Amino acid sequence: MPTKIEKDSLTGTETTGHEWDGIKELNNPLPKWWLYTFYACVLFSVVWSVLYPSVPGIRSYFAGITGSHQRKDVEEKLSAAAASQAQYRDKLANLDFAAIRNDPELTRFALSGGRVLFAENCAPCHQSGGVGAKGYPNLADDDWLWGGSIEAIHQTLRNGIRWPGNDDTRLSQMPRFLADGMLTAPQVNAVADYVLSLSGLGPANLPTVAEGAKIFAEQCVACHGEQGKGNRELGAPNLTDKIWLYGSDKASVVQTIAQSRNGVMPAWSGRLDPATIKMLALYVHALGGGE
Amino acid sequence: MSSTTASLTGASPIGANPADAYHEDVVRAFVIATIFWGVAAFAAGVYIALQLAFPALNLGLEWTSFGRLRPLHTSAAIFAFGGNALLGSSFYVVQRTCRASLFGGAAPAWFVFFGYQFFIVLAALGYMLGITQSKEYAEPEWYVDLWLTLVWVVYLVIFVGTLIKREEPHIYVANWFYLAFIITVAMLHIVNNLAIPVSPFSTKSYSLFSGVQDALTQWWYGHNAVGFFLTAGFLGMMYYFIPKQAKRPVYSYRLSIVHFWSLIFLYIWAGPHHLHYTSLPDWASTLGMVFSVMLWMPSWGGMINGLMTLSGAWDKLRTDPGLRFSVTAVAFYGMATFEGPVMSIRQVNALSHYTDWTIGHVHSGALGWNAFITFGMLYYLVPALWKRERLYSIRLVSWHFWTATIGILLYITSMWVSGIMQGLMWRAYDQLGFLQYSFVETVQAMHPFYIIRALGGLCFLTGALIMVYNLWRTARGDVRDEAPYGGTRGASAPSTAAA
Repeated sequence: MPTKIEKDSLTGTETTGHEWDGIKELNNPLPKWWLYTFYACVLFSVVWSVLYPSVPGIRSYFAGITGSHQRKDVEEKLSAAAASQAQYRDKLANLDFAAIRNDPELTRFALSGGRVLFAENCAPCHQSGGVGAKGYPNLADDDWLWGGSIEAIHQTLRNGIRWPGNDDTRLSQMPRFLADGMLTAPQVNAVADYVLSLSGLGPANLPTVAEGAKIFAEQCVACHGEQGKGNRELGAPNLTDKIWLYGSDKASVVQTIAQSRNGVMPAWSGRLDPATIKMLALYVHALGGGE
Repeated sequence: MSSTTASLTGASPIGANPADAYHEDVVRAFVIATIFWGVAAFAAGVYIALQLAFPALNLGLEWTSFGRLRPLHTSAAIFAFGGNALLGSSFYVVQRTCRASLFGGAAPAWFVFFGYQFFIVLAALGYMLGITQSKEYAEPEWYVDLWLTLVWVVYLVIFVGTLIKREEPHIYVANWFYLAFIITVAMLHIVNNLAIPVSPFSTKSYSLFSGVQDALTQWWYGHNAVGFFLTAGFLGMMYYFIPKQAKRPVYSYRLSIVHFWSLIFLYIWAGPHHLHYTSLPDWASTLGMVFSVMLWMPSWGGMINGLMTLSGAWDKLRTDPGLRFSVTAVAFYGMATFEGPVMSIRQVNALSHYTDWTIGHVHSGALGWNAFITFGMLYYLVPALWKRERLYSIRLVSWHFWTATIGILLYITSMWVSGIMQGLMWRAYDQLGFLQYSFVETVQAMHPFYIIRALGGLCFLTGALIMVYNLWRTARGDVRDEAPYGGTRGASAPSTAAA
């Protein structure tokens, strides 16, 4: 189609004279504000590139006149943050718990930090606020498997429970009574009935209870005690209360006796620094069940 | 019924010679595929949005887990919905604006159509089965990449061939953008997917790049998938359909030249802004940022040309809701291309990166710009391709418009709030220097916004279903008895008064 410049009847602007499938183009100039804003953006970019690391070279790059560098910036911020906490962290690492708790300011620091540290590191298993879940003990009540004094909590935190490769880890192993052939299925059933009767969760007058009591006396008292009150030295739970880590229904108890559970907690020594682990111990101790 | 031309055999003649006709059958097929994949993509989006609010909806199955369905959703939206819209509209536009039928005739065009659908199905199956090279927007493995390369080269040959045999002295601006889209996507696709398969019979491959080079190549690709697939290609669509719908000349030829070349030149360098605060060197990070800032005005050039083309025809927005879609799309385009440079500034990115703000940003582009300009195109193209005098219902277009607009607003506002809140919570310290929130606390805080986002998506999907119904009835040749905008019932619908 030949070039035919026209005047647009609505705006009076000339067209370029081209036409495609009925579409024409007006010959308006570039909007001034558009052009100047574009120039301003280019100018901004040039200035920014002079201020900050920008142009690459063969072996190095132009570092910018501000000397700013992301890696250096973050290192400075991290060391400033560490310095602002250093006085507290040093004290935490060096003092024993009695001394720490005599210093209200230090205790406040430890508890504030402990809250976030717990949420980041512990809450995935023990849940927010340490209320626990099946297989992960509630840390806010006063029922403790391995002891609820601050030193005991600290020991558990540092070395973990049944944590491979840690020599001081909390270690005990309930046998797999059925799986390893130590008891028959009816015997496991009887022990479960007896154990449930101890806490009033099952009837005491079942015929199996008496048989269960006999087996219990032979097999279980060494760890759980004659009364079934448990033993913190061995992490053996109290069987006479209504707190059950793996469930208190008959099937769960049978499963525990038959197959055992042997839950695991990581050792945090080496993963977190000593001051941080102490902050966690103080925080967990303060959750409500600390002794 | 008011259909004037009964011919559905495919062809509108070009000029005087009735034997030479535009290929419209294949464009019709692309239009149907666009609508089909669009609904699939929106539905997948609603489903995974609900999964984020209610994780049990992943059904505990690997195939329906969020990690697999999320790329299924993004690829369905970008490549299946957006891709079919681009391929179909480009075949339509290049023929009309060149006054020439497709180079090579119907067969290669049909190969591109079926080849592209096969690519989509292969990619989707891979996502569901967990076959992925873990590169965003480039997840399909090597065998899918090779197939797409073949299809794409045929597409390029058809497009360039048609340009060469054109009957018009000049190449229309829409075709510049379509051509930039086709060539650059080919280059991006090939380079980013350079990989060595474990064996000819293995679906697994290893990238030729490693470490930060791999990351930079990926985001050079990823950002330009946005730049050339979702921006340049769709600008091509805008440059044809807005002047057509508004029946007005394009505002400025000079602006179209300057913003085309500046956009093409600047976009390709902006990718490193996706890698601020990573192991990427500082200088690359700075360059990615400044090129993004410079990109603001070149992007807005397209918006100005789109909006100003309506000068003298703004009243049409009241009566033509199809045009309203196209124009609102340009407004969302302007918003998203302003937000992008802002988010590329390193200090802003420190807050926005890895948060929902990014998700909101992409969706203001994907829903507001890409989907809306496509809806505007479909409302123009379906009556044109099926030779109908008008759409089945103009009022249903309006219903679609408002349902979808409310959906987008719910989506992007909830993601702004959620994303900025998330970013602020991550960096909140107390006066003793401890972080104030754990990660899980930020997730809890975002939950209400996840629900609002899912509602927004549901609105958007509902609107699309209204469109499907309307276009279906239009293709059948039905016309709804309704009062036109600015008139009274029956005034424009002939022969209905007899009932």
